[in-house]
Amino acid sequence: MTADVNAPAPQTDAPLLALRGVGKRFANAVTALDGLDMEVRQGEFLSLLGPSGCGKSTALRLIAGLSEPSEGRLDWHGEEQARRAAGQPSIGFVFQEPTLMPWASVFGNVHLPLKLAGIGRREAEPAIAEALELVGLSGFRDAYPRELSGGMKMRVSIARALVTKPRLLLMDEPFAALDEITRFKLNNDLLDVWRRLGCTIVFVTHSVFESVYLSSRILVFRARPGRVVAELAIDPNQPRDEAFRTSPEYAGLCRETSQALARAMDPR
Amino acid sequence: MERSPFRWLLPIGVLALLVAAWHFIVTLNNLPPYVLPAPGAVLETLIRDRAVLFGSMLVTLETTALALLLAVAGGVGLALIFASARIVEFSLFPIAVILQVTPVIAVAPLMLIYMSTDSAVLLCAWIVAFFPVLSNTTLGLNSVDPNLRDLFRLAGASRWQTLALLRLPTALPYFLGGLRIAGGLALIGAVVGEIAAGSAGQGSGLAFRIVESAYRLNIPRLFAALLLISLAGILIYAVLSLLSWLALRRWHESEIGGPA
Repeated sequence: MTADVNAPAPQTDAPLLALRGVGKRFANAVTALDGLDMEVRQGEFLSLLGPSGCGKSTALRLIAGLSEPSEGRLDWHGEEQARRAAGQPSIGFVFQEPTLMPWASVFGNVHLPLKLAGIGRREAEPAIAEALELVGLSGFRDAYPRELSGGMKMRVSIARALVTKPRLLLMDEPFAALDEITRFKLNNDLLDVWRRLGCTIVFVTHSVFESVYLSSRILVFRARPGRVVAELAIDPNQPRDEAFRTSPEYAGLCRETSQALARAMDPR
Repeated sequence: MERSPFRWLLPIGVLALLVAAWHFIVTLNNLPPYVLPAPGAVLETLIRDRAVLFGSMLVTLETTALALLLAVAGGVGLALIFASARIVEFSLFPIAVILQVTPVIAVAPLMLIYMSTDSAVLLCAWIVAFFPVLSNTTLGLNSVDPNLRDLFRLAGASRWQTLALLRLPTALPYFLGGLRIAGGLALIGAVVGEIAAGSAGQGSGLAFRIVESAYRLNIPRLFAALLLISLAGILIYAVLSLLSWLALRRWHESEIGGPA
């Protein structure tokens, strides 16, 4: 496969997951989500955008199955529904921090999800090599996390999420702690990975510019209680590159998204 | 500074200066050896009485090592039980604290009544070495990065996998820190036990030699035995530091740049 920003995006309209009337209250009586209705479609790059405390990360954790909704339900569709019925959900998760095991090499860290599934070093080696190649870290398999820069650690974290070839990749503000230059580079590489693998990505962010650059669809969240207040679609076949980043269309979309976000943050 | 030879030369120089000062204080004041022996006299005694003294050192080191080994087994074992069942931790931790805060020197005579000298000395050393291993390992097992824990959950890891691949490696630096403290304490515990037993006229470790030499006013020998106890302590610390460096040098901040 070759990297090509003009390759068709892997999107269809088939639903993958629907959240219906989902609410989440924590033990300390904080209501993170209330009456959340949203859909994730097969093959799309969906961004959840909103101010901090709007419950977008909570929604992502519910989708991952890391916590249970207090009310409402999650309906899975198609292939993923069958996989879940068999107890084998196909999900990759990338946290805000790289969350690597400091005692393991890059190879060991990327191996982890396969190791936990009972796949040994030798058997897992091709999948690990492929995942490292996808994030451009083939030469660093024996390095330890402390020897890597912040951006490289995040690449390892993404390779670890991709090593099981998940159909759904969940990312919780993965680039928020990186400098802008590294973030732009990782944005492009992530889009490349998305096109090559044809997976579905749900991406949590608080950056308007990042969400517009990456997404084929943006859901804008409001806080207290968290729910979706606006939806923006962006042509997925629009090439995403430096020309797009500096184009009037991009600026227009950013303005539109910012206004939706401003309305979401309006106290009324 | 880290790499410069001064790092080694300076402390050795200061030590040599202190020994020289000791020597001149003794010779200039004509102090008799039963008041303060010169460093040379201590060294002479060390060589002359080497059979007795090094034999005693071996006894003390054996006790210390065995106590440390049992403290690791007990401390890590109990920490693992604590980590899997909080109710056991709530129930037993106060007892471990009581064992720790009661001065071992005060308990030693009691132990000598109920046990043989060897077991009593061993128990003294074990009691003081046990706690740092237990508390540090417990702390380590409970210090797992919550995101990594979530990651293991997402991947469907079993309890056993989470323990072996996540909690134990997380606990390793904490455990090794506790072990280094426990090594020094085990020696102190062994010495305390020997002194308590020695005052009852039994035992053959280094601390017993000190008590014996004091009774006989054989001050050079007392100094020689003291020197060997210090050496034993340094040896234990060096071995445990090396162990820690070997285990952590690739990944833990504390061991990057060479052994401490």
